[in-house]
Amino acid sequence: MTPLLEVRGIDKSFGPVKVLHEVEFAAYAGQVTALVGDNGAGKSTLVKCIGGIHPIDAGQMLFDGKEVQINSPRDAAELGIEIVYQDLALCDNLDIVQNMFLGRERKNGILLDEDTMEELAERTLSDLSVRTVKSIRQQVSSLSGGQRQTVAIAKAVLWNSKVVILDEPTAALGVAQTAQVLELVRRLADTGLAVVLISHNMNDVFAVSDRIAALYLGRMAAQVKTADVTHAQVVELITSGRSGDLGLKNGVTS
Amino acid sequence: MNKVKELPGEAIVEAAQTPSIKNSFLAYMQRVRGGDMGALPAVLGLVVLCAVFAVARPSFVTAINFANLFTQGAAITLIAMGLVFVLLLGEIDLSAGFASGVCAAVLAVTLTELGLPWYVCMLAAILTGVVIGTVLGTLVAKVGIPSFVVTLAAFLAFQGLVLVLVDEGTNISIRDSVVVAIANKNLPPWLGWVLYAVCVAVFAVVQLRRARTRTKRGLTADPLSLIAFRVGMLALFAGLAVAALNLERSRNPALVSLTGVPIVVPIILALLVFWTVVLRRTSFGRHLYAVGGNAEAARRAGIPVDRIKISAFVICSSMAAIGGIVAASRASSVDPNTGGSSVLLYAVGAAVIGGTSLFGGKGRVLDAVLGGAVVAVIENGMGLMGYGSSVKYLVTGSVLLLAAGVDALARKRASAAGLR
Repeated sequence: MTPLLEVRGIDKSFGPVKVLHEVEFAAYAGQVTALVGDNGAGKSTLVKCIGGIHPIDAGQMLFDGKEVQINSPRDAAELGIEIVYQDLALCDNLDIVQNMFLGRERKNGILLDEDTMEELAERTLSDLSVRTVKSIRQQVSSLSGGQRQTVAIAKAVLWNSKVVILDEPTAALGVAQTAQVLELVRRLADTGLAVVLISHNMNDVFAVSDRIAALYLGRMAAQVKTADVTHAQVVELITSGRSGDLGLKNGVTS
Repeated sequence: MNKVKELPGEAIVEAAQTPSIKNSFLAYMQRVRGGDMGALPAVLGLVVLCAVFAVARPSFVTAINFANLFTQGAAITLIAMGLVFVLLLGEIDLSAGFASGVCAAVLAVTLTELGLPWYVCMLAAILTGVVIGTVLGTLVAKVGIPSFVVTLAAFLAFQGLVLVLVDEGTNISIRDSVVVAIANKNLPPWLGWVLYAVCVAVFAVVQLRRARTRTKRGLTADPLSLIAFRVGMLALFAGLAVAALNLERSRNPALVSLTGVPIVVPIILALLVFWTVVLRRTSFGRHLYAVGGNAEAARRAGIPVDRIKISAFVICSSMAAIGGIVAASRASSVDPNTGGSSVLLYAVGAAVIGGTSLFGGKGRVLDAVLGGAVVAVIENGMGLMGYGSSVKYLVTGSVLLLAAGVDALARKRASAAGLR
């Protein structure tokens, strides 16, 4: 099975600091790929390279098996790659529909086509089985953390996206809300999207992911199937870059 | 894993509210209690102030004074309408007052010294506003100087510019009949009523059509009763205002008759409708709110934040130019004080009193009109009470502080109520 999104040998430096060393990463359609790693391992940098926010120094990106150039967020969006950032990037003073269509409003002549946008937003939310908001015309400021996360994710899938990358979607949520967001993540993959889930939380990772990719100090330590590894092995990969046969063979000194 | 569990912490799945007058009112009360007071303080303030002045000075409720309120508040209201755009971004334009002075001076100089026709002169004044706004906006958005500093510098520089334009302090009088008519002449009474009928009819048709298309597409629409209520209120109050403005207000009606809606009123109404449509119904307006609410989110959504900022300053300075034209028309002259002294603070006060937040992201053009009415009533009433400038300044300063305080407290309250 060819991965929907694949990166090969990506290098990225910020000045003298080399953040990514020849990183390999793949995400498959219909699967949740968890991207794990300690603080500073390069998770966010990798995601921002894929999203076109940081230009890469070296390496290849393949989308659906074909090599592509991603130089700007627009390129990424055109390919169907959507990133849901940790700080959500929602406008508190706008309502749910307005946020979901922000920057890509439907227009009727020069005026906004509110009715069509409302219908599409409503359909997307009900496709994701989101029924927890009172009205899709309520301001985002009145939503709970879980609801905001839901809106941010719904915004990402509204655009016929193929790859959805979620940066720590459950970090700021309570237990109940976390469960709800994780279900939503699973549903996204079940509808055929390639989902990349960045998380620190092993419970979350094992609850929803099909594959796990562990970064260690800017190197891809291992990409494994979730079913093949244990909790402890993943923790070892995160903290030391290796676990038995898995992980970086020649250590980090190379 | 494929069905939404009823989670205890998220039991917010409420029955969709059926839209009705009662539910709309309840929702409104809930918003007010949550700190989102909208135009409520301005409307209440207007009622209280009018009641106080009417009791203290019976001359406050005469036809001539009622008409005076409109021409007195017009320039400040227009400047405040422009300021709303800059305030929506969480920025400020302290130079709007003197920008209007500069534009008025350009109008006066092109009219009198160059002898150009009135429309060319007005265009020149508005273009001056556009240029001023472009420069200010570029300095704020591209160079990154805080708007407070840029516009404070412009505030000082424009005072000098006005002096240069009017030759170090002479008073240029304006005699062009069209320019003078703007703030000093009235529509014939019948035209006032025609305009009134058109406005009410258009408002009713727009509301009904929106409700009908939304119902047809299965979206929640405002109920007929609520629309009837809104249209009825507009018809009632606008009707009373037109009737009052059509009363004879000349001291000597046999000699010269003075009736009708001041010409500046339909100008303000047209600009109010135009800018409201721009803010509420175009993607530019949507992006303006987005930049004011969360500039980073707007940037990530692909919105050209810098361009939006510059356009807000351009709109602000252009509206200041229109305000300057109206001020020049009302005084029939331009001097170094046009747009000076308290004009700017009155205009900022008008926008804030009306409910526009100084923190950005919240505000309407209508706020400027309501707040402008409050400021005009204060200025006019205090004048009738015979207070000097000292008391006027003190009172207006306090009102501005009060409005900003209400804004800050409402924001605090809203964040406590989880609304922000």
